[in-house]
Amino acid sequence: MNRIDQLFQNKKKSILSIYFTAGFPGLQDTLPIMEAIEAAGADIIEIGVPYSDPIADGPTIQESNNQALKNGMTLHLLFEQLQQMREKVSIPVILMGYLNPVVQYGMDAFCKKCKEVGVDGLILPDLPMQQYLSEYKSLFDAHDLRNTFLISPQTSEARIREIDQNTDGFIYMVSSASITGARKSVSPEQIAYFERVKAMGLKNPRLIGFGISDSSSFQTAAAHAHGAIIGSAFIHVLRDSKDLKKDIYQYIQSVIS
Amino acid sequence: MDKAIIKVDENGFYGQFGGAYIPEMLYPNIEELRENYESIMASGDFREEFDRLLRDYVGRPTPLYFANRLSEKYGAKIYLKREDLCHTGAHKINNTVGQIILARKLNKKRIIAETGAGQHGVATATVCALMGMECTVYMGAVDMERQKPNVERMRILGANVVPANSGSKTLKDATNEAMRQWINNPVDTHYIIGSVVGPHPYPEMVARFQSVISAEMKVQLMEKEGRENPDLVIACVGGGSNAAGAFYHYYNQADVRLIAVEAAGLGVLSGKSAATTVLGKPGILHGSRTLLMQTADGQVVEPHSISAGLDYPGIGPVHAHLFDSGRGEFVAVEDEHAMQAGIELSRLEGIIPAIESAHAFHALKQIKYRSSDVIVINLSGRGDKDLETYIKWGNY
Ligand SMILES: Cc1ncc(COP(=O)(O)O)c(C=O)c1O
Repeated sequence: MNRIDQLFQNKKKSILSIYFTAGFPGLQDTLPIMEAIEAAGADIIEIGVPYSDPIADGPTIQESNNQALKNGMTLHLLFEQLQQMREKVSIPVILMGYLNPVVQYGMDAFCKKCKEVGVDGLILPDLPMQQYLSEYKSLFDAHDLRNTFLISPQTSEARIREIDQNTDGFIYMVSSASITGARKSVSPEQIAYFERVKAMGLKNPRLIGFGISDSSSFQTAAAHAHGAIIGSAFIHVLRDSKDLKKDIYQYIQSVIS
Repeated sequence: MDKAIIKVDENGFYGQFGGAYIPEMLYPNIEELRENYESIMASGDFREEFDRLLRDYVGRPTPLYFANRLSEKYGAKIYLKREDLCHTGAHKINNTVGQIILARKLNKKRIIAETGAGQHGVATATVCALMGMECTVYMGAVDMERQKPNVERMRILGANVVPANSGSKTLKDATNEAMRQWINNPVDTHYIIGSVVGPHPYPEMVARFQSVISAEMKVQLMEKEGRENPDLVIACVGGGSNAAGAFYHYYNQADVRLIAVEAAGLGVLSGKSAATTVLGKPGILHGSRTLLMQTADGQVVEPHSISAGLDYPGIGPVHAHLFDSGRGEFVAVEDEHAMQAGIELSRLEGIIPAIESAHAFHALKQIKYRSSDVIVINLSGRGDKDLETYIKWGNY
């Protein structure tokens, strides 16, 4: 069974997904970071494939992408690093990346490789639903890959239902009209949006991302959805860390306990 | 010749290029535009205001000027379409006038834009002043340095100019930043893209606003030559908006050769070039599938051109299709040659061209034509903004 499906079957709330950029801070940090994330108690690992032009990302993730590319990270190298990951990591793993590097790698080869190394899902923010349905869905399904779409406060109810219909795994709720980046608190308008979507009775679980950074914002998100995704705030931890294992553990513990 | 029909389909594709590859956060904005742009542009209100502003404010129709000495030198009948005489000094304002009227009809309150050479930024700041709308322009930090007068022009016009500090700090990065800011302000803000790039419907919408160039050419050629069609149209291509405008009404006239001129930079094979059709492969950038300069891993390569307006790693999807289908002929002109052509035009005709446009003139040396040919070169802009670059180059 796909590990994402399994997770959501067994755990209905306070799910924590952690994003980091492959190749950041160091080229060889990928697996150690993944192990540390799992050991610290997070539920999902989202690995960012670095791209030169990440248009949905704020300065923090832009910088981690740049650094990772400077360090020499490529999709080929990432798959090499992930080759043995299932000996060390058991929680679901999602690859998040912009479409162009994936298309250049070759969508067939990419899906095959994902399946081979044990990747469970994909987030390709600039893959439009129409193209997904007409060109890629059957390929993703054949490799047991869950494809996650994003929604934002501006997404219409009809569009949310369409996305829900055509998705399995989970729906990624972008917390506000924004690019990625750590923010302070959750506003009443955001809560109203979380509740509006909650009341729609979607078939897919929902995770809230963008701007979740600490225990308080995580608890708030978890109260209105099945859990949350932390990206930029975690990148800050990695960037400032002298001891990755210890700092990752402490940070994730501080969020979930 | 291959009679490719150049027409956009309902999903925004020209052949295999185009589409709308955007994060879901931008979907409502793009959908709103896609659903409304054609009906708004077709409405009597819109047409009346657009035509009036182009005439009384921009100064259209721009002349089609028979370049006597240039014609003599090159041995053909060469006309210049004088977009350099538009208000603000380039064709860019045709598009910004159209988009600002559209933005108002969509009840938008704020305008954002990207700019490379600063011409599109100035044209946007200008129409924002005209309409009393708040304006923010994103510009690569490198471009702010090499096009200083335009930065100050935008500021005088009341725009807020924000440096883009990521990547190569040029046009591509300014575009990234504008898209991010649109994601952050999706409701009250309209993004005025400056070329035939971006997600559908931008490439087609911008091309239609610029198509006034070839619409006028037809009428003017009829007056001067007794025929609507020239033998060749030559235009430079950054993103490709002036070229799309100059080609638009000739796309499906197989007897008109369409010559698109890219920037070769220091040489196509020098590693410092912006000749996308030579160096690019199909890829996805800024919301459309197009030809794109990129590494084998799909990372976008930083281009180089002496002219900021051509310093872009892609081309509009319609141009990728013109190339792919064989309908367009593509030529790459080096920095040095463009500068020489700029000086030559200055000396022969008393017109100092924008360095972008100067590229189009050097193409005369790189293509074959007959002495009986009627050639129209789209003189997309004037050289005022480039004086510093001309002076630095110094070879005159
Ligand atoms: C005078 C002039 N010509 C051409 C261009 C290139 O743009 P496009 O290829 O969209 O016409 C620019 C861009 O700034 C410009 O200022």
